[in-house]
Amino acid sequence: MRGVEKRFGATPALRSVELEVRRGEVHALIGENGAGKSTLMKVLSGAVAPDAGEMTLRGERYAPLGPDDARRAGVCMIYQELNLAPHLTVVENIFLGMEPSRFGIVRRREQEARAREALGALGHVDLPLHARAGSLSVSLQQVIEIARAIVSDASIIVFDEPTSSLTLKDAERLFEVIQRLRARGVSSIYISHFLEEVQRISDRFTVLREGLSVGSGDAASTPLPKIIELMVGRSLGEFFPRVPHTRGEPILELRGLCGDRLPRDVSMTLHRGEILGVAGLVGAGHTELLRAVYGLDPVTQGRVRVAAFEGGFEPPARRVRQGVGFLSENRKEEGLALARSIADNVTLSNWKPVSRWGWVFPAAQRRAADAWITRLAVKCRSAMQPVGDLSGGNQQKVALARLLYQGADVLLLDEPTRGVDIGSKVEVYRLMGELAAQGKAILFVSSYLPELLGVADRIAVMSRGRLSEARDAAAWTEHSILAQATGGEAA
Amino acid sequence: MNRGRLLTILGPFLGLLFVYGFFASLDAVGQGSFERFGTLFTAGNLKTVAAQTTIVAVAALGMTVVILSAGIDLSPGSSIALVTVVVALTVQRLAPSPFLAALAATGAGVLVGALVGFINGLAVTTLRIVPFIVTLGMMGVARGVAKYLAGNTTVQNVPETWLSGLLAIDRRPDAPLWKLPVGVWVLLILAAGLFAVLRWSVFGRHVFAIGSNESAARLCGIAVARTKVLIYALAGAFTGVAGVLQFSRLAIGDPTAAAGLELNIIASVVIGGASLSGGKGGVPGTILGALIMGVLKNGCDIYGIPNYVQDIFIGLIIIVAVGLDQLRQRR
Repeated sequence: MRGVEKRFGATPALRSVELEVRRGEVHALIGENGAGKSTLMKVLSGAVAPDAGEMTLRGERYAPLGPDDARRAGVCMIYQELNLAPHLTVVENIFLGMEPSRFGIVRRREQEARAREALGALGHVDLPLHARAGSLSVSLQQVIEIARAIVSDASIIVFDEPTSSLTLKDAERLFEVIQRLRARGVSSIYISHFLEEVQRISDRFTVLREGLSVGSGDAASTPLPKIIELMVGRSLGEFFPRVPHTRGEPILELRGLCGDRLPRDVSMTLHRGEILGVAGLVGAGHTELLRAVYGLDPVTQGRVRVAAFEGGFEPPARRVRQGVGFLSENRKEEGLALARSIADNVTLSNWKPVSRWGWVFPAAQRRAADAWITRLAVKCRSAMQPVGDLSGGNQQKVALARLLYQGADVLLLDEPTRGVDIGSKVEVYRLMGELAAQGKAILFVSSYLPELLGVADRIAVMSRGRLSEARDAAAWTEHSILAQATGGEAA
Repeated sequence: MNRGRLLTILGPFLGLLFVYGFFASLDAVGQGSFERFGTLFTAGNLKTVAAQTTIVAVAALGMTVVILSAGIDLSPGSSIALVTVVVALTVQRLAPSPFLAALAATGAGVLVGALVGFINGLAVTTLRIVPFIVTLGMMGVARGVAKYLAGNTTVQNVPETWLSGLLAIDRRPDAPLWKLPVGVWVLLILAAGLFAVLRWSVFGRHVFAIGSNESAARLCGIAVARTKVLIYALAGAFTGVAGVLQFSRLAIGDPTAAAGLELNIIASVVIGGASLSGGKGGVPGTILGALIMGVLKNGCDIYGIPNYVQDIFIGLIIIVAVGLDQLRQRR
């Protein structure tokens, strides 16, 4: 791709991007949210047409008319949200829309043979062909999508944040699959926020910033700080800024808390002015722990004490009044009302300051929202803009603004930096430190170990629904956390 | 008002102009004079349209709130019939003092409507059944109860009270345009009130939040179940008012009245630009949606277009309205 440009309205999304992917290489495309990665991929996959520039594929001019056209030319996308029909079987999904047929009758034998071959090439021969796609794990569903790409003879496969919803183990298997693709001469374009991952699996990388390609190079030999510098356009100083804070009195205490299935018998104490990190593999029950405390999931046994309130299960509406705030890991599906304005989302948990007798004062609401927009540097046109218009990082800031505006003293943060660009991540870390310094208590769940180690004061590890003892962050290493997380029952 | 909102209102408004334009073109092609088109705009006829539209429009206001919260209510047709029976029976019982009887009957009618809605809301939230099914069931239950109360016939010989004048049109030629039937004023006041509630009240914000993303609303500490019960009860109260107006029109309690009216009510809301998946829609759109259907029906009557053509037109308008809206959003 040479000099590709695209503008939407007045704002250029891409300004002269160069991207060169060689045959059979894994090429990482990195950049902050809003840097133009997804637009570039949309151009590549034919979903939008570029305004300028040219693309060549195998030496020929490449100008796809639409996603179908791109697929025929051998360019396939694997999106973050998988595009499978959950009620159809594995084979049916692999061939969906391109069933080999004669006189309109699907040639099942041929389908199955080719599907098995494709799955074999990915190292998943044993995947049951007639299982319903919806009954499989996310990682296996992803394999189905990749098999789809192989069956359609793709020469370039684009992976958009493929590991963001995978467990560590499944991510490993995906890397293996990508290696196999490389061995077959298939090129991969790999979009990811996880730079460690990029360095491990890709051959070369290209960095996008503000719609420009600002640099590319050899992935393994370029030092990480250098890549980050390219991404943010300045050197970042500290990645995990420390804001000094001191531990105060206990504010959240759990005693023998049990959920429906997870968590199991969790006890812990969280203090004011403290960031307590909770690590765990996907499915270990850390999300369920937060949800049970907040009243989104049932509490079957055990006690929860929040400041002066002691009890078992309490619904979210009551938790909010007790000063508990919850940030969902699933921003789009339950964190924000995307169609509503920023202002509405910020004040959704607490109308008191901006209303009287049930009537909202729009001006006051706007002022309240504006204050947080400025404070958290949310990039937007106005407080009345729908949240759905914003980039992931800015949406997350709005979700955080809601908790802060609500005035919560106990913040339950579930993966607060998921899908957030690096620059915003650093801001979120700093903000967490500042909040702790103000005496707020933060329970910080993350599956990204470096940030837990860098930000939390103490860390506890969740494994199969049980929570380990919380120890000083300094006493943990990535290795010891993983050991605890995988062998929890014995330890 | 920002541009997005303006556009949403513009759609149904253009639809209304289009309907008028259609009748104008019929005249232009047919007889070259605009005599019949002129009759559409006489004070008398405008009032007729207003009165005819009122019942559907009042119920559609309630439906707007339900649809904004991503719900649906199929029971208003039956509920209106039930209310006419309740109103008729109440007036009969309290016949000696007609004024108070009518007042009590109005109260009873609105209350019964609200009760039906309240039960809908409870079933939706506590039994966790989707609103479509709950209200489909209620459609049958309310109709059945109406028949039982009316003894499987209509409630006739209802003494005349001020209720019968609610939709009466002042047809004297010197009657000023603003002298609308009482029922139309009731509609306008309810519409203004609901408009304010949806835009400036905390309850209104909660309705939009639930319709836009229910899990987010729950997570933000909104009492989703309570709000939903309130939404359905409120919609029921509006249906109750519509039922009282329906009684005023019929002068009897008729358990078979308003059959299928729920579809016109839903159509008004949808033509007015609301999305059945929630979070989008509003009072002005709904009123315009109801007007479009009212004007179309009235015009067809004046132009002598048979009833079945009206049905086809209204069906097409629903599809075109939603289709155009989809196109606009895709851009």
